[in-house]
Amino acid sequence: MGKVNITIDGIDMKVPEDYSVLEAAREVGVDIPTLCYLKDINEIGACRMCLVEIKQARGLQASCVYPVSEGLDIITNSESIRKARKATLELILSNHDRSCLTCNRNNSCELQALSDRLNVRELRYEGEKTLYPLDLKSHSIVRDNNKCILCRRCISMCKNIQTVSVIDTTERGFYSNISSPFDLSLNDVPCISCGQCINVCPVNALREKDDTELVWDAINDKSKHVVVQTAPATRVAIGEEFGLPIGTRCTKNMVGALRRIGFDKVFDTDTGADLTIMEEGTELLHRLNNGGKLPMITSCSPGWVTFCEYNFPEFLDNLSTCKSPMQMFGAVLKTYYAKKTNINPADIIVVAVMPCIAKKAESKRPEMSVNGLADVDHVITTRELAKMIKEAGIDFHTISSDHYDDPMGDASGAGVIFGATGGVMEAAIRTVYEIVTKKPLDNLDIISVRGIKGIKEANVQIGDFTLKAAVASGTGNARKLLEMVKSGEKDYHFIEIMACPGGCVNGGGQPIQSSAVRSKYDLREERAKAIYAEDVKLSVRKSHENKLVQKLYKEFLGEPGGHKSHELLHTHYIDREKYPISQ
Amino acid sequence: MSKNCQCGEDKVCQLDNVIKEHKNIAGALIPVLHEAQKIFGYLPMSVQKQISKGLNISLAEIYGVVTFYSEFSTEPKGEYQINVCLGTACYVKGANDILEQFKKQLKIDVGQTTSDNKFSINACRCVGACGLAPVVTINEEVYGKLVADDVKGILEKYQV
Repeated sequence: MGKVNITIDGIDMKVPEDYSVLEAAREVGVDIPTLCYLKDINEIGACRMCLVEIKQARGLQASCVYPVSEGLDIITNSESIRKARKATLELILSNHDRSCLTCNRNNSCELQALSDRLNVRELRYEGEKTLYPLDLKSHSIVRDNNKCILCRRCISMCKNIQTVSVIDTTERGFYSNISSPFDLSLNDVPCISCGQCINVCPVNALREKDDTELVWDAINDKSKHVVVQTAPATRVAIGEEFGLPIGTRCTKNMVGALRRIGFDKVFDTDTGADLTIMEEGTELLHRLNNGGKLPMITSCSPGWVTFCEYNFPEFLDNLSTCKSPMQMFGAVLKTYYAKKTNINPADIIVVAVMPCIAKKAESKRPEMSVNGLADVDHVITTRELAKMIKEAGIDFHTISSDHYDDPMGDASGAGVIFGATGGVMEAAIRTVYEIVTKKPLDNLDIISVRGIKGIKEANVQIGDFTLKAAVASGTGNARKLLEMVKSGEKDYHFIEIMACPGGCVNGGGQPIQSSAVRSKYDLREERAKAIYAEDVKLSVRKSHENKLVQKLYKEFLGEPGGHKSHELLHTHYIDREKYPISQ
Repeated sequence: MSKNCQCGEDKVCQLDNVIKEHKNIAGALIPVLHEAQKIFGYLPMSVQKQISKGLNISLAEIYGVVTFYSEFSTEPKGEYQINVCLGTACYVKGANDILEQFKKQLKIDVGQTTSDNKFSINACRCVGACGLAPVVTINEEVYGKLVADDVKGILEKYQV
């Protein structure tokens, strides 16, 4: 990469020639304010907050989209720059619902932080306001355009990264707004509820449906036995809500806090993940040995499953029939656990803490139930749990508990790594290898499927058979991969797909980090490191060696893939039409 | 109608042919939308869906373009297009009162069409007849120097 000489506020520097002025400035510690900018995802110069003076150009320029070139002379702080930035911000604020005190993003809002930083203490423009109804119809997402500042990060995420494309800018001028075609609710368009739009929203225009009150109500209902299960990725991210560094492992604090909140039992979804591996591994071997439909594709990620139903119905038979770990575990809690503890399943409320908002919608699917009882009653996100912990007055930093509750507590490291892209594949290989070869796997770390690359491939030698595997995360990458499979360019036995880039660690229910933080750290990488660290410290790292899972099959389920398993742990999918006209 | 399309619906076939002609051309969307509006008179969801599928562009993006340009309409257009000029000259001469009167008489808003499909009201920019301000055009007919009380009489001419 060639370098160019530029001057920023009188400081001479040499920077790579593909830098923008904004990136160059940040390297010398000049923190130009931004609002719409999101590194690699939304670099469109729309909000005009990052304006600078460039000697070689007329007028003020948006530094986030201005490429550096030899001899560029840049001023980032002058009277006219400060005035322009402030006026622009005041104009944005003049048409913003400024109910900050009661806002879901109070204290985590980039607009609020910017107003403080630019020292806006009064608004000179009090003009007309656009008023939009709230979109409350989806089980997962709430859209509030009264908070929207038209930064278009959500569109970039939905359209370019995820290729879901259900929102865009509509109307024009003062009436411009972000919405779905024909102003349909997000519930009525092919939205997959991945929630990536929420994670990039600088304000509160997009948020998850808040289900915390339902959970409090359940806890307060003494006639109910309320159990909670926590997904792998929650434990490596929840600390961020309490100011801890990204990638801090907080399993003990989280378990302790959940117990203090008042759940009757605190269980681990990782056990459900181990169960998934037993079922999915068995299904894979069955497909391989009996000429079944290949490649088999994982079905743990409800965002991905919905994406497949809308966009690739021709692959529905390739989807594993396994329910997700959360649903499997819920089904087991309402049957096996109910029987074992002699509690009426109708009196058990299963709450799931997930890094995901698509899980909210998944739990409401009618097929996700047994004997008329939903497998999982309420799903809350990592963010929502953090709110409950704060509301309950629990000191997250000091509370601690050594382990999940018996009898459904202990999971394997294979269950933990479900939280990162490639984890399901790695966990499946650990088990399938040993089942097939009947020999222990020497190295449990299958590095080729780890890492944040969007599409990964691995050939795994299992005895004299070479398993051709692929892993994709982010539905945009899934689309690319499936198009290659469709055209015959690629050919695999087993594919893992997660809807969110980087997998569940970067799920739509995880703590939101600002654009500034995301410029410095790769959340996917930092949180995944913690996931793999968690795996290594566990004594059991293979799903089939999980004692509880072994007992479950012996006492209750019989064989993996057997009759009872099919009744409780497997499901089916629906070919969904996009935008049915009957709407 | 078409050699390839056999759906039996003339307009759908026509649009299909338009899409085929434009398919691999960059920037095809706006010309296709123009043609579609010519064929159907407006751009309902079914038409936008057909274009979305044909050009492989998301419905969200198409709807964004359709709502951006006032030329495109998602509502059926009436037999008589009432264009009320809101350009500067007409505006200061009271065009807003004229517009309000049309809305009141026809009980529809700007961009809408009466239930008998007879009239649509559009607010438009300068039509280049500032000397006659305030100006209204109904299809090819031009009405100038209007006052609100004229509106009822003008509409009556078209009610027969």
